[in-house]
Amino acid sequence: MTPGSTGQRLRHQRPSAVARGRGTPYLFLLPAFLVYGAFALYPLGRAAQFSLYEWKGFGSSTFVGLGNYLDLAGDADFRRAIGNALMLIVFYSIIPLVVGLILAAILRRGQVRGMGFFRTIIFLPQVIALVVVAVAWRQIYSPHGLLNDVLRGVGLDALTRGWLGDPGTALAAVGFIGTWVEMGLVMLLMLSGMSRIPAEQFEAARLDGAGAVREFFAITLPAVRGEITVALVLTIIAALKTFDLVYMTTSGGPGNSTTVPSFEVYFRAFELREVGSASAVAIVLTVLIFAINVGVSRIGERES
Amino acid sequence: MRRRTFLGTTVALGSLGLLAACAPGSDSGGGDGAAPAPKVDEVDTDIAALGDITLVVWDQEVRGAQNDAIEALIGAFQDKYPNVTIDRHSQSFDDLQKQTGLALSGNDVPDVLQVNNARGDMGAFVADGLLTDLTGYAEAYGWTDRFAESVLSKMTYSADGVTFGEGNLYGLPQTGEVCGIYYSQKKLDELGASAPTTWDELFTLVDTAKEGGEQPIMLGNLDQWPALHVFGPLQANFVDAKTIVTLGMGNAGADWTSEDNVAALTRLAEWGSSGALGDSPNGLAYDDAWPEYTKGTGVLLIGGSWLGPDMEAVMGEDLRFMAPPPGADGKVATTGGTGIPFSIPAKAKNAAAAAAFIDFITSDDAMAMIAENGGMPVNRTAELAPDKGVNKDIYEAFDAVSTEGTLLPYLDYATPSFADTAGATLQEVIGGQATPEAAAGKLQEDYADFTEGS
Repeated sequence: MTPGSTGQRLRHQRPSAVARGRGTPYLFLLPAFLVYGAFALYPLGRAAQFSLYEWKGFGSSTFVGLGNYLDLAGDADFRRAIGNALMLIVFYSIIPLVVGLILAAILRRGQVRGMGFFRTIIFLPQVIALVVVAVAWRQIYSPHGLLNDVLRGVGLDALTRGWLGDPGTALAAVGFIGTWVEMGLVMLLMLSGMSRIPAEQFEAARLDGAGAVREFFAITLPAVRGEITVALVLTIIAALKTFDLVYMTTSGGPGNSTTVPSFEVYFRAFELREVGSASAVAIVLTVLIFAINVGVSRIGERES
Repeated sequence: MRRRTFLGTTVALGSLGLLAACAPGSDSGGGDGAAPAPKVDEVDTDIAALGDITLVVWDQEVRGAQNDAIEALIGAFQDKYPNVTIDRHSQSFDDLQKQTGLALSGNDVPDVLQVNNARGDMGAFVADGLLTDLTGYAEAYGWTDRFAESVLSKMTYSADGVTFGEGNLYGLPQTGEVCGIYYSQKKLDELGASAPTTWDELFTLVDTAKEGGEQPIMLGNLDQWPALHVFGPLQANFVDAKTIVTLGMGNAGADWTSEDNVAALTRLAEWGSSGALGDSPNGLAYDDAWPEYTKGTGVLLIGGSWLGPDMEAVMGEDLRFMAPPPGADGKVATTGGTGIPFSIPAKAKNAAAAAAFIDFITSDDAMAMIAENGGMPVNRTAELAPDKGVNKDIYEAFDAVSTEGTLLPYLDYATPSFADTAGATLQEVIGGQATPEAAAGKLQEDYADFTEGS
């Protein structure tokens, strides 16, 4: 046996039939797919199926086709819930993004002492359980709570109210809690994006006579597009699936002014025992979240 | 392309799973396989002769005093019948309520289970044949003599679940609840007023309190339901008890838009707009409101008897409680009811022992035990009242209402969605976003949809 023949044999050794099969890559996916299927796809499929039935959660069920969805189309509570959820996007995504961007740009420019400390403080709301956040803010908003005390202290007595009990302010009050929670996440994402920008770029811009504002729009903003997309996707999902904050602060009130789709799902399934209708709301919500985020990702990808 | 194929396969597999899965709930057949409820002469009360059995009990008596009472009763029952072992599972009311439907529809059901009286719960289970009719047991054990009729009616449904308050018995409660008026004796003295004996006196007291710079009534209605406990007693001043019972139990034949109902809502709206209920009752949480009351905000607090002991701990003898003044038909009528009743699932394996257990924990001796542990027993209430303190007032008020007057149902018993409709509507009435007429229309819509649809 010559050394050459060994080398030849090795070179010509072919993968086994299993490894060559077209389905092989899928075999590697299988374990993860089984878990994903059992805990995500199967429940999703069952929810879609339930949404076609009228069912109390026990006992017999009646097939109603798309009846639950047709009912939703004419359901004022549901439309209100969707409207409120879209409104919450402003509070959960848009405001944190704008403020977060500006804050991050300022923090990046200025040499702030104790930067790590401030970053931790601003990020802290993300770490606290939302139920705790909600209870704390309920106290702040209460008629004799901190917010009203402060307003009274500076002589703005006319503005004091039960913030969560006034239909005009309740949704904004709940939304602002969302702003407070999401702000830290968005700002941290922006900061990490900006830290990747080489300092030379800013130097060059400054030599060309660009001010802080010009610098922000010409260099910083384009550089963090990817982070902006991620931040929007995460916060929009959080806005649309808000449940804990509403459940703990207002239960959808006053009247129905702060109800949101997730709360409707819970309410229909567990209080009204209309599992079919609840599933239909859940499916619509899923489709909505999916559609909005596909849109956001597409725009983000195209521009970068 | 590859990704597309994979997605395609996923969708195909998913839909295959769907086809294979059967329609929701079709694998359980309601009350199938359940023994028919025994008539009075078929009831087996000889528990000692049943041999060694295990009785599975699911309850929600988790809070301190309640837990002590039920533990003591279980111990005593096992001493009486050494052949019975009780396997107790207790969890919070919310948790229990949410899984009751699933638990009852399976084949492995508990023998004794606490089921909420409301139409959405007990009513729905009765309609599906998931609970045992206890009428035969009631006769055999003499429960009809033991309990006041207006108490028993809260556990009574027609066999098809359509009528609430008449028909068969599906559970028995241990404890009672009543909504009434708490007042601060000190504040009344300062205002030179005395406890109102008529509703007109109460309305005057509200005005006097406001002129005296006090908040007349404390209410925290952020949670939506607390206003129902204020409106219930108030409604009885304007509407006769029979009509309220019909409305509250969701039976056909009454009308929310009637003149007297609108008058009741109008009074609530006036209280809301005039600040009689505080600056922003809808913005204040229930559990923040009563502590504020104990600290001196508010002359009156209209609410449930369960608040008494906690408030007394702060206010001491200053805190008093009274049943509302007599209502529209001259008799005292107010919202109230029972603790969560104990029922027997239709498929319970040891129904006879379960009935004996329910009999045991609602007996006269059991009532004394509950009172000793600080709960308010549903029977013998006046007799077992403590010598002093707010519980003396509460026990006496409950006794007066349940035996001489009418214990009005919680209004949210009426339809499965009424808790939400009424909660939201009363918030809007108090906040001035809905006129009393519009509010009455909304309540009527929910009530009529349900009563005409069934």
